[in-house]
Amino acid sequence: MEVGLGVKQRMAARAAQEICDGMVVNLGIGLPTLVADHVPEGRRVTFQAENGMLGYGRTPERGREDPNLINAGGLPVTEEAGASYFDSTIAFGMIRRGRLDLTVLGALQVGERGDLANWLVPGQRVPGMGGAMELAQKARKVIALTLHTAKDGSPKILPECTFPLTAREAVDMIITDLAVIEVTPDGLLLKEVAEGVSVGQVLSATSARLAVDRNPGCF
Amino acid sequence: MSRADDAADPTALQTVAGPGKVALTLAAEPGKVAPLNRALEVFHDGMTLMFGGFGGVGTPPTLIRAILESGVRDLTLIGNDSGFPEVGVGPLIVNRRVSRLIVSHIGSNPVAGKQMTDGELRVEFSPQGTLAERIRAGGVGLGGILVDVGLDTIAGEGKQMLVLEDGVTYLVESALTAEVAIVHARKADRSGNLLFDKTARNFNPFVAMAGDFTIAEADEIVPVGELDPEEIVTPGIFVDMIVQSEGVGWKWAWE
Repeated sequence: MEVGLGVKQRMAARAAQEICDGMVVNLGIGLPTLVADHVPEGRRVTFQAENGMLGYGRTPERGREDPNLINAGGLPVTEEAGASYFDSTIAFGMIRRGRLDLTVLGALQVGERGDLANWLVPGQRVPGMGGAMELAQKARKVIALTLHTAKDGSPKILPECTFPLTAREAVDMIITDLAVIEVTPDGLLLKEVAEGVSVGQVLSATSARLAVDRNPGCF
Repeated sequence: MSRADDAADPTALQTVAGPGKVALTLAAEPGKVAPLNRALEVFHDGMTLMFGGFGGVGTPPTLIRAILESGVRDLTLIGNDSGFPEVGVGPLIVNRRVSRLIVSHIGSNPVAGKQMTDGELRVEFSPQGTLAERIRAGGVGLGGILVDVGLDTIAGEGKQMLVLEDGVTYLVESALTAEVAIVHARKADRSGNLLFDKTARNFNPFVAMAGDFTIAEADEIVPVGELDPEEIVTPGIFVDMIVQSEGVGWKWAWE
């Protein structure tokens, strides 16, 4: 199933709603990088990049990119007032020390207790974990931003991850093209469905146990 | 010799005015600056080579090109990632000069993934922050680090664990050093003090410390005394050789 950019932008915009005023946020590679362009107007946010920058801003205009001013996903960014540069040990010091309020990460699979798998498809693809283990394990809030099902239609939200884990019981919220799901101590809770999507569709695309909120919202 | 004696010998010395101070330096002294062919003498088959950079940003392009052209092979590379096929250390991998990688990811270089699957390239993954700290530990003379990242994942499998007095369990991760480390600086003085450029700093400062022999490729080389001591990121004591950069020859993925 191919998903258009419009759907991805809507997912990113929904994730951006979780950014509160004053938060320090790290965005993972791929889909999560889109979140930066959807921060609600007037909300102050400090973006951290684990290569070694605090306080990066929007994508520069074409032709004004600086090859040495890049986020951790390898994309050109700009410098906000108050920004700082440092080496990668300091960047991960901030992360391990618990200074990050929020991280948004991609996912291959999410387990129903919030386990995250996003760095290895056994027998197929071994990209490596990069900084995902530190981010998933140490950020105060972790959002998994992912399509609800894999390309072959198989569920990505499972009772237990079958791929090797990035971090155990790390994810707080799952935002997909179909739904917003909270990871609660009692298990997964469907909070919102995407416009035009029914609760039944979400349930049938999810193999983990999924409770439905009394009055699910729409995004 | 006192400073006054130094200044009294005008044939060997020149006074250089820096911002807000006066420094003395040897005008014709090359310091640690060397031509590229001298740098190539330290590279050999089978060696361990550590590199600065993150997705190729901050990886020294002139040194990578020279290493590629020199034909050395069977390298063990230690650094953040495998670059892109034409960026960073990527060309060394694509041209089969590398037999082993110690990195945090290879996702941006599909050739590295294929060589790994085909059994041509050994790849050892460390979580990025752990890898950075292992290199820093090597650079500052420590034996390793204690970290709880990845403890209950396969990244922790087979690793020694330690329970400290506070009851917390940590993985013991060994320090990393290398025969040669290469870094990319924006500016170097002739004694090897280094400044970096924005996010091109990334792994460079601690990689510079972890080489038995460290070569800095600099965009600009200035006389001793010209850099503000307060702003130096890597003290020159960690740098053994400086070469002039010829600039980035590759095209970035976003271009």
